[in-house]
Amino acid sequence: MSGLNGLTIAVPRGALMEETLDLLDRLGVGTGEVRANDRKLLFEDAGLVTMRPSDVPTYVEAGAADIGITGKDVLAEQSERAVYELLDLRFGPCVMVVATTAGDDRLAEALRRLGVMRVATKYPRIAARHFERTGRQAEIVEVKGSVELAPLTGLAEGIVDLTATGSTLRENGLVVREEILASTARLIANPVAHKLKAAELDDLVARMREAIARG
Amino acid sequence: MSTIHPTPSGTRDVLPDEMREMHAIAEAVRGVFGARGYGEVHTPALEYEQVLTRGDPAAADPAYKLFDEQGNVLVLRSDMTIPIARVVSTRYATAELPLRFCYVAHAYRSVRPQRGQDREMLQAGIELVGVPGPPGTAEALTVLCEALDAAGLAGYRVGLGDASLYPALLDAHGVPAAARATILHELQTRDFVGLEREVAGLRLGAAATAALLGVPQLRGGAEVLDAAGPAAEGLRAVYAALPEAVTTRVIFDLGLARSLAYYTGAVYEVYDAALGAPLGGGGRYDDLLGRFGRDLPAAGWALNVERLHIAIVGERRGEAL
Repeated sequence: MSGLNGLTIAVPRGALMEETLDLLDRLGVGTGEVRANDRKLLFEDAGLVTMRPSDVPTYVEAGAADIGITGKDVLAEQSERAVYELLDLRFGPCVMVVATTAGDDRLAEALRRLGVMRVATKYPRIAARHFERTGRQAEIVEVKGSVELAPLTGLAEGIVDLTATGSTLRENGLVVREEILASTARLIANPVAHKLKAAELDDLVARMREAIARG
Repeated sequence: MSTIHPTPSGTRDVLPDEMREMHAIAEAVRGVFGARGYGEVHTPALEYEQVLTRGDPAAADPAYKLFDEQGNVLVLRSDMTIPIARVVSTRYATAELPLRFCYVAHAYRSVRPQRGQDREMLQAGIELVGVPGPPGTAEALTVLCEALDAAGLAGYRVGLGDASLYPALLDAHGVPAAARATILHELQTRDFVGLEREVAGLRLGAAATAALLGVPQLRGGAEVLDAAGPAAEGLRAVYAALPEAVTTRVIFDLGLARSLAYYTGAVYEVYDAALGAPLGGGGRYDDLLGRFGRDLPAAGWALNVERLHIAIVGERRGEAL
């Protein structure tokens, strides 16, 4: 078997896209058209669909794509999705952290004096679970982008966000206080495709595993 | 101008066109139930919470609870299996075996409203009480396939696994009790990356690690039973008891883990390429009736009639994964 074995794959746009396409190249999937065309979303001949990483579990769960690649951070945030997590693809490493402005820990102070801390995040469920598990009361403020802004403007005392190199945090005068979870790219599969297309899927997973091991 | 009065999210009205089609499916399935000697039962949608939780601790977290005028906690049933287990022990305490019941009834769960996934769902299913092991499973699967054929679904497959297989495998490789819950959780949440991490953490040696990671990923025809070795003994016995009409539909899935805790042996799920989610499923629950006072082996299944309808319509339109 070769290429995607007739399977449809949901490819994440953004930070994971380049390495996803590199991996697909090594499996013999033609990604030239995807690389050449930034606006087009659906590449039927190659079996590729491109989308935001956070939409990948939605498409795969519904069976609109048989398999998909997205970050563990997305899967942890959408943990109720009925999809198989098959393979750690190792690329796109990053860490989900709690961060505040440098200096005194504003979160600890808010918790001590006000009994509750305000935390801004794009990952409300991971954040809520983390503070619940560690026994701290937190008010989660959901924002859609530029989370770093929240503690600088007084919207919140701290943030929960994903960081790869830490440079965005540093540039905004924020420091990491806690690490919640380490994330890398994962291969996921629709539960029905996992049964009905078992041979195609297992062969693809084996070839991906080999490609990753070779580095 | 019309006024919009909403229904709760995840619930909906069914209007005559759809109702006619769903009714046709239910009648076709009822015809099979009747021909196979299954008697239809009705049980109340509301049950005492303490009765339902006796069947399955997971049912201790039903989506909808209310109080009656005496302060008793009532819940909306989340499936029909536990109410029928109650019926068997209270209304058929001395009846001759086996008992064959069927139903077409609503059950209630908290789910994310999505295509074919509702708070209120119509289930059609059977419970076969008093026929143990492979013969009971074979009968339940035969009726399942006949019901799907009668409903007019063409391309369905039945995934067949064994709820006792993986726990037995953990025992066979001496996995300590403390590690079992985490490992089974990874399997149940379909996280093979997590399973790999947890099993690697046990430092068991190459053969045991390969078995614990490889066996639950085996899916396919009868050849996977050979690949699984002694762990698949139970499934081999089931396979030997199945008629050909069923074996042509079966995909063995040694990692199949259904979410309900009461399954003890063979478990199964129905798939169709026209829908991205299972259409229904069931299994053996040989310990469940004992919790209600009548210790009998039993097996059953339920099909989600709404999902079945979506799949039939999808098949006719030529949709496939």
